[in-house]
Order: sequence, then C-alpha cells, then structure tokens
Amino acid sequence: MKRLDKSELIFKILSYTLITAFVLTTLYPFIYGISMAISGKLAIELGRVSLWPVDIQLDAVKALLVGARAKSFWLAYTNTLFYTFYGTIFSIVISIFAAYALSRPRLLFKRQISFLIVFTMWFSAGLIPTYLNYRELGINNRWGIIYAFGVQAFNILLLRNYFNGISKEIEEAAIVDGANEFQVLGNIYLPMSKSALATVTLFYALNRWNGYFWNMKLVSENEHPLQVILQRITDAATDSDAISNAIYSEYSIAYAAIILSIIPIIIVYPYLQKYFARGVNVGGVKE
Amino acid sequence: MKKTFDNNPSIDQEELHREQLVEEMERTRYSRIWRQIKKDWPIYLMLIPVILYFFFFRYRPIGGIMVAFKNYDDYAISVGQSDFYGLYAFKYIMFGPFAERFWQAFRNTFTISMYGLIFGFPVPIVLALMFSEIRNEKYRSITQIISYLPKFISTVVITSIIALMLTSGNIVQAPGILNAVLVKFGVVEPGVAMLSKPEYFRSIYIISNIWEGAGYGSIVYFAAIMAISPTNYEAAKMDGASKLAQIRYVTLPGMAPTLTIMLILRIGEILSVGYEKIILLTGNSGAEIRSTAEVISTYVLSIGGLTTGSSQPNFAAAADLFNSVIAMFLVIGANFISRRVSDTSLF
Repeated sequence: MKRLDKSELIFKILSYTLITAFVLTTLYPFIYGISMAISGKLAIELGRVSLWPVDIQLDAVKALLVGARAKSFWLAYTNTLFYTFYGTIFSIVISIFAAYALSRPRLLFKRQISFLIVFTMWFSAGLIPTYLNYRELGINNRWGIIYAFGVQAFNILLLRNYFNGISKEIEEAAIVDGANEFQVLGNIYLPMSKSALATVTLFYALNRWNGYFWNMKLVSENEHPLQVILQRITDAATDSDAISNAIYSEYSIAYAAIILSIIPIIIVYPYLQKYFARGVNVGGVKE
Repeated sequence: MKKTFDNNPSIDQEELHREQLVEEMERTRYSRIWRQIKKDWPIYLMLIPVILYFFFFRYRPIGGIMVAFKNYDDYAISVGQSDFYGLYAFKYIMFGPFAERFWQAFRNTFTISMYGLIFGFPVPIVLALMFSEIRNEKYRSITQIISYLPKFISTVVITSIIALMLTSGNIVQAPGILNAVLVKFGVVEPGVAMLSKPEYFRSIYIISNIWEGAGYGSIVYFAAIMAISPTNYEAAKMDGASKLAQIRYVTLPGMAPTLTIMLILRIGEILSVGYEKIILLTGNSGAEIRSTAEVISTYVLSIGGLTTGSSQPNFAAAADLFNSVIAMFLVIGANFISRRVSDTSLF
C-alpha cells in the first residue's frame, strides 16, 4: 500500500509544480510588459528589467495617453471600439434570427439552407477570390468591414443546437395565448439561452477586437483599428537601426500600447471566461 | 415520328391532358409552398439577412475562382474581360520556372503542421491530466482560468511580444529578454536576429502556439477525464495499480473517444495553416526566411500581391485552389471517419 501512495504523491507534487510553472509562464509576458512600459529608459537600454519595473518612469505611458503619440493611438482605439460594438451587434442579430428560423420544425427547405451554411465551413473560395469580391463590392470603409465580416457558420450552428434543446411546451402555451414568432423568440428563447448567447457574443466580440489582416488591407489609414497601429509601433521599436532621442524608450511605448490594448479584455475576462470554456463543450466536440 | 403524332388526335389530346395535369399539380405545389411561407412569414423574414450575407460574402467569391483559369495578372482589369487560359496557371506554378517556391511552400505547410501535431498535440492532454490531480478546487479553477487567457489575446499582441522579446538589440539597446536568456544558455549566438533566421522559425512558431493554445485545448480533455467514474480508480487501486498504471489503464481508455476525435480532426486540418501569425512574425525578415516559413496561404498572399508589391492573382488563385481542394477532402474525410468512430463530429 505504501508504494502506491508514493507514486500518487509524486504525481501530485509534479502536477502542482508543473501547473504552477505553466501558469507563471502564461502570466510572465504580461507582468514583464507592464514593467517594461513603466521602467526608465536607461534601465531598458541596459537590459536591467527582467520582472519588476526598474527606475519607474511614466513618460511613455503619458506620451501614448495624452502626449505626442496620443492622437493616432486614440483614433485607432475608437476605431476598434466602433468595429467591436457595431460589428458584434450586427453579427449577433443575424445569427439569432438565423438560428431561430433554422430551429423551427416547420421551416421549408431547412436541410438545404442548413447545408448551404455548413458548406462554408468546409470550403471557402480562397484568399484571392475573397479579396476580389471585397474590391468588387466596394468594401473600403468602416461600415463595409462591419458587413463583410458579419457571420460565422459555427456560431449559427451553436445557437441553433441550443435553441433546438429548449422545450417546446412553454412555446406552445405562448402561441395558444396569441404570441407571434418575434414574441416567442424575444420572450421565451432569448431569456432561456443566456449562456449560449453570451458564448456567441464573446466569440464575435473577440474576433472583432482582434481583427487585423483584412482591416489593414481594406480600409484607409485613419480607419485602421488598434491591432494595425500596434503592429506598426512594434515594428518601429524592434527596427535594429532605430535610435530614439525621446526621453522614453520605444520599447516602453510598444509594451504600453500592448498592455492598453488588452486591458478591456483583462477586465471582462474573469466574468466571461466560463462562457468561453463552455463554448468548447457546446459547439465543438459533443459527447 | 412527329407526323404520326400530328395525325393521331387521340394521343395528342392525351398528351395535352397529361401536361395540364402536371402543370396543375405543379401549380398547387407551388401555391401550397407559397401559402405556407405566407402563413409563417416571420421565420422567412428572419432568414433574409443570413441568406444575403452568405450569398454576398461566402458564395459570391466562389465565382472568383475563375481567375485561376484566366490570364488575370492585374487587379485593375475586370475578371470578365480577361481571356481564358485553361490550366496554364496551375502548370506554371507547379512546373514552371518558379515551381520550386510553390513546392517549398507546400512542403512547409505540411512540415509545420506535422511538428505542431507531434509537439503540440500531447501538451493539452498532459495539462488536463495534471489539472485533474489538483484537488484544491479554488487553486485549480484559478490556474485553469489563467491558462486559457492567451486564447483571448490577439495574434498581433502575441507576435509583438515575441518580436520584442527576441530582438537582438543594437549599439544602445540591450537585446530582448528571451534573446538574452537564449544567448546565456548558448542556444543562440549574440547579436542574431532570430526572426530573420530560417533555422529558428519553426521552433518559435510552434512553441508560441503551444503557449497560446495548450490551456484552452486542455478544456476538452479535462471534461473527458472528469467524466470518468471514481469507482474505476478505486478498483484499480485495489488491484495494486500505481499512479502511472492508473493513468495507463483507467484515464487514457476513459478519454479515448475524445482523444481519437481530436486527433482525427487535427489531422484533417493538416494543410490549413493560417497566414496571419506567419506574416506578422516574418514581416521584416526578408526573403531568406521563406525557406522554412512560407506556407501555401502566405505564398498565395505574397504572389497575389496582398503582402508584396508584385501581383500575379491568377497564379495565386491557382495555388490556393489546389491547396484548398485537398484540404477540403481532408477535413470532410476526417469528419466522416470521426462520425463513424464515435457518432460525433464537428458539423
């Protein structure tokens, strides 16, 4: 019996140690990033920052928030807020309507419509035809981005599966009382599927917030979101020929921009992570 | 033949009658459908936005695949006006003077996926096993929540952190922290810009992918482990099984269905390597990095002129089509097998 306890104990200790190490590795870049953002220029140039801030200096953060760098940074920030806010609303409304309609048993051509949606998960036209399509449709401003990156098949299916699982009895009672489709959806289905809605909203919002490539490719400079500006700032900081005369380090600017761009995510993360985890089990592999 | 029909009024009439009947049936069928749509108009109204979206942004581009078969080498001309070139673009990219670059990208796609599979696939499983060992609920849920965090973070932020941590610095600026550590351990020569060197690309790409996705990936396996009944472990312990034996004979068989599906689905995606992270990591690396970093999707963007100045949209579209047709069969095949194996699939 003793030998057994020993092997279990070793595994337990190993698990605690490695999990702790893994979590620290996950957190390290963020803590280090904050430290780099607020450390003194000389300390950064000499490579003395490794975990905690050294010679605290807030000039880079100030430059980004209110100083010389503020204008372009806030413009990009508001653009990202625009894309995320309107984009998420647009996507979720279409998805809810689609999922609800597809969950109605008496919908005609249900299989065909579902297939046309699912097919896009298997096959996409490819990058060049997609790009040509955006050009032909004139997707070149902020609203264009909102429409063009609207809806994902996966999210519709996730919602539809959830709606399918809702008992039809309450709905039938409501219909007897004279409720129409919109009332059934709004008063019965939506309140009963809050967690699925949260999951899908989260997926859409994250996609919008983190969108990079097509935003950069399709819209003009002053409509670029945060991610594009962030990439440009990092490029400037890591350019090996660059020697800055500013009182702050370019590295501090880059890390400060990174941290500021993820602050909204970090704030909502503790409340929303459970939906994120649930999304995997609801929509992905179902046992 | 026709003449005999004309001369025989009875057949003619019968034919006419039948036609009328069929027409009548068709009409009632349509009118029945129409009546039903009119009765349930709200649900059809609700479908209009999604149908419009999928038509304009998912199906309309499929027509653009035509460019792969045309002499379309400039975005300024319209696709309709350019001449048909048949399979010229396919032949050119696969056997033409620059075929080596295409095949290199094809090989790289496969290689990066394989390395990602070999090194990346086991990590979330091990992580899930270790999470299940942590009995302190609070500590476990906190560590799990933190481990999913990178999945929320944008690719740009992750590649920016990688670039900043790996810079080799210059005369006034010390190297990035990771670069400094690697130099200290003798892995890298001092002053080497790792993101410009082909030999480091795959490690950087795959290790950062694991850092990014392992925690999130462990959710599925963790759920599978938690579903195993504790009595199985007790029975194994009665038989004198050590912890390793318990994992071998209880845990792994218990999560086998999940493992199989995830593996099959992962294999189905072997030719789908995304472009965003790679173009972000190699944006300033120069052409040399292509020998390990260029995959089909980034090759397509590059020769299609979306990440470079020169553009050959027809060649790019041909390469893309070639890859995505194979990829589609892999994904469908994987799903088919997974449904056969366990009644579960992604779609």
